[in-house]
Amino acid sequence: MAALEQTFAGAVAPPPGAMPATTAKIEARGVNVRYGDKPALIDVDLFVAAGRVTALIGPSGCGKTTFLRCLNRMNDVVDDCHIEGVIAIDGRDIYAPGVDVELLRARVGMVFQKPNPFPKSIYDNVAYGPRIHGLARSRADLDALFEASLARAGLWDEVKDRLDAPGTGLSGGQQQRLCIARAIAVDPEVILMDEPCSALDPIATAHIEELIAALSGAYTIVIVTHNMQQAARVSRYTAFFHMGRVVEAGDTEDIFNRPADARTRDYVAGRFG
Amino acid sequence: MTENTATENTGATRRLARRRAAERRFRLYGMAAVGAALALLALILGGIAADGVSAFRQAEVRLPVTFEAAAVDGGDYGVLIKRALKSLFPEVRGRKAKRALYALASQGAARELRRMLLADPDIEDTTREVWLPASDDVDMFVKGEASGRIKADQATWIAALADDGRIEQRFNARFFTAGDSREPELAGILGATVGSLLTLVITFAVAFPLGVGAAVYLEEFAPRNRLTDLIEVSINNLAAVPSIVFGLFGLAVFLNLGGLPRSAPLVGGLVLALMTLPTVVIAGRAALGAVPGSIREAALGLGASRARAVAHHVLPLAMPGVLTGAIIGMARALGETAPLLMIGMVAFVVDIPTGPGDAATALPVQIFLWADAPERAFVERAAAAILVLLAFLAAMNLAAVVLRRRWERRF
Repeated sequence: MAALEQTFAGAVAPPPGAMPATTAKIEARGVNVRYGDKPALIDVDLFVAAGRVTALIGPSGCGKTTFLRCLNRMNDVVDDCHIEGVIAIDGRDIYAPGVDVELLRARVGMVFQKPNPFPKSIYDNVAYGPRIHGLARSRADLDALFEASLARAGLWDEVKDRLDAPGTGLSGGQQQRLCIARAIAVDPEVILMDEPCSALDPIATAHIEELIAALSGAYTIVIVTHNMQQAARVSRYTAFFHMGRVVEAGDTEDIFNRPADARTRDYVAGRFG
Repeated sequence: MTENTATENTGATRRLARRRAAERRFRLYGMAAVGAALALLALILGGIAADGVSAFRQAEVRLPVTFEAAAVDGGDYGVLIKRALKSLFPEVRGRKAKRALYALASQGAARELRRMLLADPDIEDTTREVWLPASDDVDMFVKGEASGRIKADQATWIAALADDGRIEQRFNARFFTAGDSREPELAGILGATVGSLLTLVITFAVAFPLGVGAAVYLEEFAPRNRLTDLIEVSINNLAAVPSIVFGLFGLAVFLNLGGLPRSAPLVGGLVLALMTLPTVVIAGRAALGAVPGSIREAALGLGASRARAVAHHVLPLAMPGVLTGAIIGMARALGETAPLLMIGMVAFVVDIPTGPGDAATALPVQIFLWADAPERAFVERAAAAILVLLAFLAAMNLAAVVLRRRWERRF
């Protein structure tokens, strides 16, 4: 039963009445992560559907951020972090030897909890990624890419007349949208978001959620969130983590309205977390 | 009920008053400590200034010099000075008396006449009123330092010259334009200053790149293990090693083993670079560590390699802290004497050095040599040189503060 619960529609076979079959963009099998001797993730099997928003929920310390950071190998820079198992994107294990980590991180972008624009101009913030990956052949190309990214992130109109202003001078919500634009500028396939709205006010949060809805389809989005209402609002699929394991995963609808596991039921009802 | 509150209130007021008094006392202790420190500082600086300020003025004597061609051809310009003095005091007879008279002018005065003639050949065979440096004994006498070296007859002549307006204390430009000399009235700090400057340039050129590189590697790339811990402890210890040990090292390795030129700013710079290196590394690591990790994560998340993230984002943000650390290290190096003594920059060097390979001396060493000299005038000049050195140090530290303020950025 557990294996079935952890399989998404489309990864094995679409359940009756589900959305048209989607393919799995990211496939995690047998992922075990420990920091030193402390286990953080235990036997995690998870699929992430392409072109959809997947939410990772769970109480603090359950390993959802650790899992997220495994998807673009950001845990490589953490001392004493040991990762076992297979995480495959488009069928290819990203932890295989010989994988170009920098290229991977361009394909799998990340937006962090606290907005962290570089202390440079708005232009330099967004242009940095394309510059180092050689995505724009000329200044005109770079400008076009820059405008497209900002427009996609819903920020172009607000800042188009002050592109040389420092990125750190924007409001919190604008900074986070700038970080999203920065991530989009390198043309990723997946965007990872680690509690992107937890440092923002409700209006800015609403803007970001609209943005996520608009981006879904073109990008595969995985979002870690503490806010269950947000998970219910933005995501199509949800995975519930508890003490380093994936307890339950499936359609957001099912997880929130018809949870199969008792722990899931308790968490979404707000009894702990 | 009311009685209880009454006693409670007086108890509370008493405690409050005691607490206020204690706070006042604490503040007073602090202010007293600051006051004592400032008083000591004022005492030291005041003492040095009192000794040294007089060195910025130098007694000069105005003599009517006839640039006679015949005497000049012999190459001995001193004859002209003797004749000028004789013309002012024709009544002086006897070898001893005449020697005393001629001793009023500095031995370097003759050289000045030669310089004047070479610069302007037209003055040949004319008589001009020329200001020439007086000897250091006259200088000290005029400044009120009676040392017993001025005899009674000399004193009368000096008084006569003064009445005539022929002896004055004028600005001692020679102090800033001349190198060291055996005669105090001709000695200046230019040689030592240039030597110090060349030494500091070498020190910066060696210590800064090596120090920043080491700091970047240790802070950003090195794994945290026993070896890097050992390195960190060693660097911290090196920063506390007495500077003379670096001088001994320089003597043994650079001079004896390496055969580099003795007394040269090149070797002095290398020795001081070794001494400053730990400071630069420690300041560099602190500055790099102060850059928030979110910046690194943002860069890495975009697919920048570790090296790119550091070079494009972390290092530019850390640069203000690194540079201020380097400037403070340089200021310390400027004032170091012991290591330079060990590598031989203690020689009596007259010429102004033209390159890092020439023999030179440094400002603190020059002060050390002058303070040791028997002539009174040198003691005064040592104090003046200390004032100049302190001015340089203050300027460097001020620059460090100003630059840090200007470059400080909010993350």
